[in-house]
Formats: sequence, structure tokens, C-alpha cells
Amino acid sequence: MQIYDVAIIGAGAVGTAIARELSKLSIKVVVVDRLNDVGGDASKSNSAIIHTGFDAPPDSLESRMVVNANPLYDKLCCDLDIPFKRTGAVLVAVTETEEAELPSIMAKAHANHVDDLEMLSAKEVLELEPAVTPDVRGGLLVPRESIIDPFLFVVALAENATANGTEFLTGWEVSNLTFNENEYTVESPKGEITAKFVVNAAGLFADKISSFLGIDDFKVHPRRGQFHILDKAAPIGTKRIILPVPTKVSKGKICTPTIHGNWLIGPTAEELDDKTATQSTPEGLSDIVAGVVKLVPGVDARYAITQYAGLRPVRTPGGYHLRTFENLPGFLELSGIRSTGLTSSLAVARYGCEKLFKMGLSNKYKKHFVSKRQAIPCFREADEKARNKLIKQNPLYGKVICRCETVTEAEIVEAIRRKPGATDLDGIKRRVRAGLGRCQGGFCGMRTPQILARELDISIEEVTKKGTGSEILDGTTKSLRA
Amino acid sequence: MDKNKNTYKLLCIVCPEGCEIEATEIDGEFAFEKGICKRGQDYARQEIINPCRFLTTTVRIKGGVQTMLPVRTSEAISKDKLAEAMQQIASIETTAPIKLGEVICSNVANTGIPLVASKTVAAI
Amino acid sequence: MKKTNCDVAVIGAGPAGLAAAISAYENGARDVILIERDKYLGGILQQCIHNGFGIHVLGEDKTGPEYAEHFIQQVEKLPINCLTETMVLDLSENLTIQASSKQGILHIQPKAVVLAMGCRERTRGAIALPGKRPAGIMTAGTAQRFINCEGYLPGKKILILGSGDIGMIMARRLHLEGAQVQAVVEIMDCIGGLSRNLVQCLQDFDIPLYLRHIITDIRGDKRVEGVDFAPLGDEGQPQLDKKISLDCDTLLLSVGLIPENELSKKAGIQLDKITGGPIVDKNFHTSVPGIFAAGNVAQVFDLVDHVSICGMQAGKSAAEYARGELEHFSESLSKVKAGPGVGTVLPQVLSGPADGPLKFYLRARQVTRKALLQLRNSQNEVVFKKKFRTVRPAEMISVTADNLDCSANEYTFELIGEDNG
Ligand SMILES: Cc1cc2nc3c(=O)[nH]c(=O)nc-3n(C[C@H](O)[C@H](O)[C@H](O)COP(=O)(O)OP(=O)(O)OC[C@H]3O[C@@H](n4cnc5c(N)ncnc54)[C@H](O)[C@@H]3O)c2cc1C
Ligand SMILES: Cc1cc2nc3c(=O)[nH]c(=O)nc-3n(C[C@H](O)[C@H](O)[C@H](O)COP(=O)(O)OP(=O)(O)OC[C@H]3O[C@@H](n4cnc5c(N)ncnc54)[C@H](O)[C@@H]3O)c2cc1C
Ligand code: SF4
Repeated sequence: MQIYDVAIIGAGAVGTAIARELSKLSIKVVVVDRLNDVGGDASKSNSAIIHTGFDAPPDSLESRMVVNANPLYDKLCCDLDIPFKRTGAVLVAVTETEEAELPSIMAKAHANHVDDLEMLSAKEVLELEPAVTPDVRGGLLVPRESIIDPFLFVVALAENATANGTEFLTGWEVSNLTFNENEYTVESPKGEITAKFVVNAAGLFADKISSFLGIDDFKVHPRRGQFHILDKAAPIGTKRIILPVPTKVSKGKICTPTIHGNWLIGPTAEELDDKTATQSTPEGLSDIVAGVVKLVPGVDARYAITQYAGLRPVRTPGGYHLRTFENLPGFLELSGIRSTGLTSSLAVARYGCEKLFKMGLSNKYKKHFVSKRQAIPCFREADEKARNKLIKQNPLYGKVICRCETVTEAEIVEAIRRKPGATDLDGIKRRVRAGLGRCQGGFCGMRTPQILARELDISIEEVTKKGTGSEILDGTTKSLRA
Repeated sequence: MDKNKNTYKLLCIVCPEGCEIEATEIDGEFAFEKGICKRGQDYARQEIINPCRFLTTTVRIKGGVQTMLPVRTSEAISKDKLAEAMQQIASIETTAPIKLGEVICSNVANTGIPLVASKTVAAI
Repeated sequence: MKKTNCDVAVIGAGPAGLAAAISAYENGARDVILIERDKYLGGILQQCIHNGFGIHVLGEDKTGPEYAEHFIQQVEKLPINCLTETMVLDLSENLTIQASSKQGILHIQPKAVVLAMGCRERTRGAIALPGKRPAGIMTAGTAQRFINCEGYLPGKKILILGSGDIGMIMARRLHLEGAQVQAVVEIMDCIGGLSRNLVQCLQDFDIPLYLRHIITDIRGDKRVEGVDFAPLGDEGQPQLDKKISLDCDTLLLSVGLIPENELSKKAGIQLDKITGGPIVDKNFHTSVPGIFAAGNVAQVFDLVDHVSICGMQAGKSAAEYARGELEHFSESLSKVKAGPGVGTVLPQVLSGPADGPLKFYLRARQVTRKALLQLRNSQNEVVFKKKFRTVRPAEMISVTADNLDCSANEYTFELIGEDNG
């Protein structure tokens, strides 16, 4: 049986970030996830913002992780070719009460060692962002708040870790975890793994994983956040992330450009029990619009091209808990990474490594670490010369499959062939955006499955949206009448 | 004397006017409200006595540039025969090349009406 | 950069594009290029295997593929250059076309362009359907392609949202294939498609139709497991106490078509907010000189026959423009507006001298019985009228008006019903 040095449970932002960090070492690492693909739960359905930490609880572990992580993104996104943009954010005060809050938000930022905020007058806000409501009374500029492609972020980390020897097992749900002497056995219906170190990066299910080892001092419940994505052509006109003045309960509903030129509005904040409650609701969707129009009056649900919802893993007792246990040498629990984990993952990964080293993991670095990863060459963004070159190298670049996002067959094929590669429609959509445009797969919806079937050497009936049980077709015509 | 009187309500689909036709059948004779045109009356009579439909569906085709061949009945068949026809057609498989109008099956559901290809499919 | 010159380039080889290419050639254009991104010519008709096409143009009730083949054969007989598997990526104001193909990026410089890109279906996101996001939700058109062209079933227990033609046609198609069609749910109080489809696709097979209902939830994590829908109250809010829950494995959406105008926007063409397509004159000339638009790209049509007729006119006009025999309309010319009761009107501008009959295509806003259609000029005088027994939004109205004064007039179409007129 395979013995790994480290087994990481969860291939979200946190799990893959630590995997990539560990792949710099001369050790054997495996990442397992119950889902059909890397990308996580919360990590693929969030606001896609790399925060500065200006509004984190001062002196908390969360503040330390987020504040430290933000500056790491420039180099990482350059090394791993991840779409990332330092747009900056404008926090907008509309009412008198909100305006009165601004100095204390500024003070909180200083307490978090985020010292680059700027107080803005109403006039200055409107100069920066003319689409903001004329009722604005003042605001704050947060220069380093940034936007990223959250899915490509995780995929890039996973691809780079794979290039450095990390293994990924998807569709692999941990059903039990036991500690015997100095090894852990990680069980799933698909088999068993033995590892000397185990990292619990299971997000919403971190409580369940820890409970296998008898740790039951915390619970995780979901706080749902719903979103609308608006068409690229929507006349919104904002360039930065537009934030409201946060309330005691939440950061509030924001309007942000996405890295691919759409707009994202949301999220809601709904406390729930059901960890599968990822549906959007009529009330939630209309709340979003009602909230965001107060900041940006041009926002309208008519421009929506799709909706989604993510579940924040809310820990009770709250706060980041990045902990080890005396009686469980080699076990690292990363829990409570609730609403800032996309950002903090890079810092959490380094912090987590230190904890593993302290528990005895060898910190011998590889001589030949591959530090860079290249994105799939994107036809849409290439200029004409580059396009011709791509088509010459691979004629499939001349075959546009997704008309809205101008994604070619070559890019889809590459998304499938990479490791870890796409094995379903959602995987392709997230890697190369085929089906993410305004027609939402209406045109490519039947071509992409054919390419998947061909590349994976399966029948088209076996092609799924997101793993077994989510097949997109159900038998052939004629069969029911035969 | 009214023992053989039936009334029917139907939506005429012959032309865009889309009249709602009320027809009264007395001893096999049809009476219509005034304003219902001749074509509408013919349609209503047919719909009441023996409603017929074109059946359009597909059959599998081997060796062609595509795997399904669109087909149709060359004339409308009785509505009651549609299910039977679909059952019969389910087991038909043809071979490319096929020309538009070619007979795929000469007698659909014992109606005597043939099933014909509604597309030309070249062989690969 | 190598450019191919030609007289007329047609983008899209559906019925509009096929007719335009043929008519451009027949009206004297010599180099005609027809560009299609699909492998085959024919456009959406390839997958519309049902009948109901061509009654007006060919005098016969044909299926979609038959109708398409009629025109494809004509194109193939003529020296028209068909570029298939070629997708137009860009169109500029000076008519330069950039397209991608397996051979590389092509540049085409025609003297006139006909846009015939058709339309696309509205999606789940566009109507913000609540619920989960499992597999088993697709547009009716995508399902149509899977079933008719590829031979696969999208599911076995089907619910259809929207009573557009495609939705109703797919209800029948799936029923005939042996699937269980649970219901068709429609938000409006009348069906969105043609009455003949109501009769022959739903009533024929006793498929329940729920008018004035909306979907309130979609269940299922991996694959659709069920859908909840509820009737709308007087204020348009769902009445959840009267909610209906049905189990199904598939949800098909037939919630409207939108003209495909990405390229039109790139070329800077002025679009009509209501039709969603370019503003055109009787020659189907758009606001950019030399660019014409025909078929569903200009306005979503109900019958393919109208599409072909528009395509022919657009192709003829394009050929004339390429020869320098047709002028672009000027800003000062007459405009035609959709007034009370009228949803859309085509053409929206009148150009040139009043040289005879002018054909208009309109859609009514609501079902109107004993309807009177009137055209008023700037002086509010009625210059044309016609009576209809019934008009429906789903069925296009086409009328021909004579002797209109086309210089700087503003015309308005209005539809008056029996009750309010
Ligand atoms: C609405 C919303 C908005 C947000 N906005 C932002 C933002 O703008 N910026 C920001 O920095 N953060 C944001 N966050 C927070 C951020 O998304 C999360 O903190 C982060 O994604 C957590 O990453 P993770 O890897 O811990 O969890 P996840 O991404 O949830 O990954 C956990 C993984 O563990 C797997 N798993 C669970 N149980 C098992 C098991 N038994 N066996 C195998 N695998 C298992 C899951 O399948 C999953 O893939 C937002 C969150 C939400 C919900
Ligand atoms: C499901 C359905 C059922 C119908 N049923 C009936 C009926 O029963 N009877 C009837 O009379 N009418 C019916 N219609 C209406 C009629 O078929 C359509 O109105 C007609 O096909 C529209 O023709 P078109 O040429 O405008 O568009 P399409 O047929 O959609 O053709 C557009 C073409 O342009 C191509 N294209 C688009 N963009 C590009 C680009 N950038 N580069 C290259 N090529 C491009 C597309 O691939 C496509 O081939 C139906 C329509 C649909 C969708
Ligand atoms: S009755 Fe005559 S006018 Fe009325 S719909 Fe039928 S064919 Fe048309």
C-alpha cells in the first residue's frame, strides 16, 4: 500500500495552496476531494476578491493571514499565469450614519496594519467612479483590494503541484480517518490511504473530518451567499470594487467587475443548517439587486446572465483555527476560514507548513522545483498574429466552439488533457469559460460533450456536468418505443 | 329528435385568424356559426371525423455523414396511429446514401402511407 | 495581411442567408461569399424536423430539412463561394470581415454585407430561475439538436418552461419518443407560440398546460429531481400556498429568442431596443451603409417563409448597393414606430421615394379580438387601416401599405381592440 508523507483532505483554495507549498519539498503528497474536480466548494463560488484585510478583526489570526497574503498575489499570479488585477475598491457611504462610520473604518484598517487607505469626498468618489449613486456622501479608497479568477487560481495551484509530483484523487470522499501509532489511515468508499501527516482542509465539512479523530469542540454551518453575474455589455460602468459600509452582521452586498469583464453583484448572507443548500431563491436574488442599486443605480437584473450561490463555512466557536493537537501528532486542522479564505490561503499554506515542520515533517526543499505554470493559450485574448500562429500549430484553434466567449476546440482539448484535467462540463467551463458567456452553453452545450466523450474515450451518455449522477443525457431516442 | 346532436369546440389552425369554431353535428350533418369560412368548416369536419397528422421523426442511419435521418409520412395519418407508427419506426435502420424523398418504409402502421426521407444524407 | 475582395458577403447560412446569397447572385452580384460557422448549410432548420415550413413560399407544407435543402440545392448550383466551419469574429464599419477557420484568420472585404446570424435562446440565467443547478436543465433548442441530430434523449420525465413554439414542439417530440412530458408551464396568460402547436403538440397528447405560473424552485443536486411552480396572484407574485410540486429529471426552457447581434454591435449598427435587432429600411439596410440584415437577426419571425422573403430582398438590395445603384437612407427620412397595442414593427425607417407598396411585419402586444390596425402619420391622420378577426403576439402580422409619403414623416402603427375602440 502507498504510504504518503502528507494527505490533504479538501482541494479548495486552502488545500491546493498548501499542496503547492508542500510540493517544493522532497516528500510524497496526496490531495483528496469528494468532488469530481479540484476547485473546492466555497472556493469556486465567492466574490473573487483578494482582500487587503482592512476590515478584519484586528489582532486576530484572520487579520494576520489576510494582511500577509495580499502582497503575495503579484508574484504568484505572474508565476502561475493566473488572471489577477489590482483594481482597488471604493467603499461608499450613502447615509449620514454611514458617513459617520468612515473614520472608524479607517482606524480599524490602521489597527490591521493596512495603512494605504484614502478618505474620499463625495466629489472624489464620483470622479473615480461616475456610476456610483449621486447620493454618495463620502468614501474610502482601498487601493490593493483586487480581483482574481478563483477557479483558475485553484486549478493553477493544483496543476503546478502536480507538475512537482503531487497526486490528486477526485471523487474520493473521506468516510473515516483513524490514527494508529504514528500513521493515519484515510478511508473512502474508493479505497484507503496511509499518511504520516494529515491536513484537514475540508471547509464546510472540517467538523466532520476532525470528529473522526474525536475532536468535537466545534461545528461548522453554512451561511449562504447568492450572486448574479451580469452581461459584459451591461451598462454598469464601474472599474473598481464597490463596497458598502459594512454592518455588524456582514460585509454587505457589493458590485465588482470580474476579471473576465462581467460584473458580479451579491452576496446575500443567510444562516442555514443544510450543507447542500446551494440553491438560489427568488427573495435572495431580488435582495441583491435591491441592495446594490443603492450603491450603483445602473444595476438591473435584466442584465443577469447567470446566478450562483456559495456556502461560507461558519465555525462555532468562530474565528480561524489553524491548529495541531498534542495527542494527534501529524494532524493539522485548518478550520473557520469563513469569508476571506480565497485570499488568506497563500498565507495559511505557509503558516500550515511551519506547523507541519514543527511536528517533524522534513523541510528538505527540492533542487528542481518547477515554479512556473503556463495558462492554456487563450484565443480570445490573442492578437491576430498570435491567433494565426496558434491555428498553424494546432488547426483546432481555428474552430470556435463557444461563440459568446470565443473559446476554441484546441483550448477545450487542452483543458481535458492537463493534469489534473477537466473530466466534466463544469470543469471545462471553469477552465476555459466555454459555456460561461451570455448564451450559457446554448450553442456549445452540445459540442463540448462530444469533445469530452472523444477525449476521455467514453460515450456521450457518460458525459456529466459534475461527476457521476449528473449525466447530461439519458439514453437514446427510439429506445423507449422499441 | 335531438338524440344525435353533438357540439364540438375547436381552435382552427388553418390560417392565422385562429377562429374558435363551434360545430354542431345533427345526424351526421355539421352546422357552423356564421362567419366560419369554407376552409375552417372542412378542417373542423376532418378534425371531428378523423383527425390526421403528419408524423415527423427520425430513423438511425448507418455509414452516413450523420447518425440520424429525419423522416416524415408522405401524407397525414390518423392521429390514433401515431404511437403504433413510432413503435414500428423505432426498429428501422437504414444505410447511407439516402436521397430526399426516398421511401424508407412503404407502409406506416398499416395505413398504406409511406415514410420518406426528408433530407439527403451522403455516405462517408 | 491578405484580403479577399467580393461583391456581397452573407454571414450565416440559415434560410435568411441562403435566400440572400441566391438573390444577390441572381440580381447581378458576381462574387458572393456565404460564411457559416457550422459544418453544414441550413441553420436552425437542420434540427427542425417537424413540418409547417414553406406553405407561403413553396406552396407546400415541408419539414425544416426539406425546406433548407430546397435552398441549399439552389446555392450549390450557383457559383456561390460557401465557407463552412468559418466563424465571423469581427465586422467593421467599413465592412471588413474577420473570420476564423482551420486555415487561419481570413479577411474579407465585400462591397456589401448581409447579416443573417439568426437568433439564440434565452437561458436560465437571463430569467433568473431560482433553485439548484443540477444537470438536466437545457434550452429546448439544445434538446432539439440532441434528439433530432444526435439521437439522444435529454431525459425521460420532462417539464417544459415556456410555451414558445420550440417548447411545444419538443413536448410532442419527446412524447412521441416515449418520454413522459409532465407539463408545460407558462408565465403569461396566453401561449407564446402558434395555435397550431397548441393543438397539435399539447392538446393532441393531453399534455397539461399551466398558464400564469412560475417556477419557484428546482430540486436535485446532481441531476434534476423535481420542480415547484405556483400560480401568479393579481399583483404578479407567486401564490406559494397553491404551489405544485412535480417530480421530473429534465427541465427544458423555451423562454424566448434573442436576435444574435454581437457582430452588429461591433460594426456600430444602431439596434432597435424592442426587436433587439438592427433598425432597417424596406431594403433591410441597417444604419451602417452597405450592411443589410435579414431573418431572425433583424427580428424573431414566426414563419420561415417571411424569413426567406426578407432574405431575398436583402440580397437583392445588397447586390444593388455593391453596384452603386442603391443609396443609404438619410437621417431625415421617415420613421415608423410601434404605437399602442403594437409590440414590434419592421422596417423602422422608410427610405427613398414612395415608389409603390411597402410591406410591414408587426407583432401585437396581446391577444386582441376584432382588431383594427391603423397607421397614422405625423399629422395624426390615418393613412392605412386593416381589420383582423384576431391578432396574437405569437403570430406575426404582415401588411402592405401603398402610397406612403416617405419624406420626413413619422408614422405610428396602432392596434385597437373591439372593447376599447
Ligand atoms: C458567498 C461567499 C463570498 C466569499 N467571498 C470571498 C472573497 O471575495 N474573498 C475571499 O478571500 N474569500 C471569500 N470567501 C471565502 C472563501 O471562499 C473561503 O474562505 C474559501 O474558499 C475556503 O476555502 P477552503 O479550501 O477552506 O474550502 P472549500 O473551497 O470549501 O474546499 C473544501 C473542500 O473539501 C472537500 N471535502 C469536504 N469534505 C470532504 C470529505 N469528507 N472528503 C473529501 N473531501 C471533502 C470539499 O469537497 C471541498 O472541495 C467567500 C465565501 C463565500 C461563500
Ligand atoms: C425550434 C424552431 C422551430 C421553428 N418552427 C418553425 C415552423 O414550424 N415553421 C416555420 O415556418 N418556422 C419555424 N421556425 C422559424 C424559422 O425556422 C426561423 O425563423 C428561421 O430558421 C430563421 O432563419 P435565419 O436564417 O434568420 O436564422 P438561422 O436558421 O438561425 O441561421 C443563422 C445561421 O447563421 C450562422 N451564424 C451565426 N453567427 C455566425 C457567425 N458569427 N459566423 C458564421 N456563421 C454564423 C448560424 O450557425 C446559423 O447557421 C422555427 C424556429 C425554431 C428555432
Ligand atoms: S375558420 Fe377560416 S378564417 Fe377562421 S381560422 Fe379557420 S381558416 Fe382561418
